[in-house]
Amino acid sequence: MTQAFDAAAQQSLLESRSRMALELARRLGADACEVGASVDQGMGVSVREGEVETVELSRDQGIAVTVYLGTRKGSASSTDAGEASIRAVVEKAVAIARHTGEDPAAGLADAALMATELPDLDVHHPWALTTEQAIELALACEAAGRGRAGIKSSDGASLSSGEGVRVYANSHGFLGSQRGSRHSFSCMLIAEDEAGMQRDYDYTSARNPRDLLTPERVGESAAERTLRRLGARRPATGRLPVLFDPSLAAGLVGSLMGAIAGGNLYRQASFLCDRLGDSLFPEWFGLQERPMEVGAMASSPFDNDGVQTRDNVFIEDGRLASYMLSAYSARRLGMQTTANAGGARNLRLAAPLVPRDELLARMGRGVVVTELMGQGVNAVTGDYSRGAAGFWVEDGEVQYPVEEFTIAGNLEAMYRGLAGVGSDTDTRGSIHTGSWLIDEMTVAGG
Amino acid sequence: MTTSRPPLLDEAADILLAPGGLALDDLESGLGHALGPGIDYADLYFQRSWHEAWVLEDGEVKEASYNIDGGVGVRSLAGERTGFAYSNQITADALAETGRTAAGIVRSGSRLSLARPMAVRAELRYGGVDPLTGLSAEEKIALLKAADRVARAADPAVSQVSASLTGVHEVVLVRASDGTLAADIRPLVRFNVSVIAVRDGRRERGSAGGGGRYTMARLRDENVAERYAKEAVRQALVNLEAVAAPAGQLPVVLGAGWPGILLHEAVGHGLEGDFNRKGSSAFAGRMGQRVAAKGVTVVDDATLADRRGSMSVDDEGTPGQNTPLIEDGILTGYMQDKLNARLMGMTPTGNARRESFAHLPMPRMTNTYMLAGEDDPQDILRSVKRGLYAVSFGGGQVDITSGKFVFSASEAYLIEDGRITAPVKGATLIGNGPEAMGRVSMIGHDMELDTGIGVCGKEGQGVPVGVGQPTLKLDELTVGGTQS
Repeated sequence: MTQAFDAAAQQSLLESRSRMALELARRLGADACEVGASVDQGMGVSVREGEVETVELSRDQGIAVTVYLGTRKGSASSTDAGEASIRAVVEKAVAIARHTGEDPAAGLADAALMATELPDLDVHHPWALTTEQAIELALACEAAGRGRAGIKSSDGASLSSGEGVRVYANSHGFLGSQRGSRHSFSCMLIAEDEAGMQRDYDYTSARNPRDLLTPERVGESAAERTLRRLGARRPATGRLPVLFDPSLAAGLVGSLMGAIAGGNLYRQASFLCDRLGDSLFPEWFGLQERPMEVGAMASSPFDNDGVQTRDNVFIEDGRLASYMLSAYSARRLGMQTTANAGGARNLRLAAPLVPRDELLARMGRGVVVTELMGQGVNAVTGDYSRGAAGFWVEDGEVQYPVEEFTIAGNLEAMYRGLAGVGSDTDTRGSIHTGSWLIDEMTVAGG
Repeated sequence: MTTSRPPLLDEAADILLAPGGLALDDLESGLGHALGPGIDYADLYFQRSWHEAWVLEDGEVKEASYNIDGGVGVRSLAGERTGFAYSNQITADALAETGRTAAGIVRSGSRLSLARPMAVRAELRYGGVDPLTGLSAEEKIALLKAADRVARAADPAVSQVSASLTGVHEVVLVRASDGTLAADIRPLVRFNVSVIAVRDGRRERGSAGGGGRYTMARLRDENVAERYAKEAVRQALVNLEAVAAPAGQLPVVLGAGWPGILLHEAVGHGLEGDFNRKGSSAFAGRMGQRVAAKGVTVVDDATLADRRGSMSVDDEGTPGQNTPLIEDGILTGYMQDKLNARLMGMTPTGNARRESFAHLPMPRMTNTYMLAGEDDPQDILRSVKRGLYAVSFGGGQVDITSGKFVFSASEAYLIEDGRITAPVKGATLIGNGPEAMGRVSMIGHDMELDTGIGVCGKEGQGVPVGVGQPTLKLDELTVGGTQS
């Protein structure tokens, strides 16, 4: 099972279809129009207990059109990007724009802001992998984990590999397109003791297959993460310092970005409304965006408005230095876009990094959180209460696993109480950070 | 055969197959490609959906969108192996290509012959209508504006109102090598209101909504704009008064209706066939054993008329059913699709669901609820010295292997000496599914279903579901507040 993907051909096809949609919209009377189109192709395999479970070939495409009639807006999209379908989509968008209300903030971003520097950011690395090879890799990954003493069974290992093209074009004459790839594999294992079963997993993910961890390493790490959960107890209820694992600390950065996103600010749906310039973190902490970083997970020279991306500083010396805005949300707030239509691209900390052992020593007695469950983050108030699992720490040393407890607080107090960032940086996602030590939260357990 | 076809089948074939030059009889050869050497089951899933959304903000409907999606998913099974491919095109060529790809999961073995197509006869659980056409664009906008007016008039603390009206018209057709030939037309609509209330510098959100498998016109006739606007404002005002939630182990009383999400997380996922076949569920191997307190009876019911989670036939063409899962505390049933039922020597229960043609079906819940007991809800509250009364939830999650579940309250109150006192801020509840079910000590006679807002996520696929339960008392659950 293989399928060919000619990225260059797909790119020129999407570009011509986008131009066609713009031209159609103009002929149907639209004052302005923007088009997003994409095609992605990939393969996914999963194995379990040494046998192939699924082999999946995917090919997804879509085109989305937004038209403006004066300050009225209409949108339509389709997963069929054939000519007839594009015509139907544009007609529907125009029909909708005849019904929607006037919105003075509606419209494209200013023409002067359109990206003109469109360098190749080295994010497209196809993996010439046959299904058979993919299965071998997944099997090797699972075998490395299953082989460990104490592992009861496997919940499966999987590999996915894909590439695609996306195009954004608008009636200012801007057209940007970018090819990209993403490859990952993961392994989930189950261990058991008298108290019951536990499972955990690990994964690796990269733009370039060369940057992936080896299957063996992922499988072994999944086994370690699973085994260390056995014998978990429930921690006592009390107020304690909490150390967030790097992947969970990235979630705290994500909550911050949600709270300073223009869409939530103009809707007053954020606990950080009207807080620009305020001190939110300790002075030693900064947060920056690097959208043009070569080869990184979320790199792009233009945002979803076509605006040239740029390095942003969101937190500087602990202060909220900038909101995260698109052209529309900026107009709603009477500000300028920060080229963040579609979100933040490659967030990096500017903070002194501390070895994890030192963070544990600083903590003394508390909990390390390695897993969070549930959606208990209230973006409007910052109230935070989530289910957790992790480890109990005494005298700066991990003692035993803990589970079935919650950690609660308020994001604002948690950010203010950031007591250290680990050097154990997780670089798999678009937010790079190490562990975060929060000075005090309410732990509710037994 | 043709003369006795259910009318839905011809309608679905006209919508799905005819544009690409195909007819029902052409599916034999399409399926033939997917039923290659060594393949013991194959199916074709055709789908087209039209999705519409109207969004109000600042008193104006400034955003509306329309989406058209569709294609065919082809699946080939060999033992525990699944090969899968899909295409946006519904043509003979696309069927040949995706079929050969899916069948490539194995390369050798005997070739089965196709069973003669048998049209599935299933009772219709909702009208096979296009829910988007009943109201004009002006009427849809008027409905949203009514919600805005009602919410703003309800209280001066209301500072922001957003409302949305969404609808999906979905047409599916399934043809499988076991002879299954089934079609379904599934309407789904929803109306939602969300408000921000501000008082003394404090800001809180309230939201409410609902819908089901019917038309947008019915939403209007049921006065949803006014109902959900008032409910969203009420919830926001309650939250403005909320104090910090307690932390630690407490008796918890769950209100009727939407708090049934507890069952969905704590019990439902653990009883899906795939997790039990693989032995990865905390409920695996416990059929016939006590997994909940006496009096606890839980069913998964796809047959409820017009409900959000209902299905006349599932995504493998099996008629929707009412499946008992737990009867008087004893585990009696799993939810199954064809693959897992076959591998476990059981019968499919009509629980095969998929997000779209581009996703593989899995055993999933439909409408999952606990049947009514005999207790008076007031007596249940009166029985608690100090505890939590949770009436609305934001969402939940479960680790099916350890059985640990969490869910987050969006409206809750303290119970002191049997009386409801102060509202408390959203607290997360955490527990272990089988343990929590063993601690159900009182069951109200007030069984209620939710208003039609649930979306269940599993392995990245979202499907609409329903939940429900009567007022319940759990003797002890961990409450994750900040007041220790």
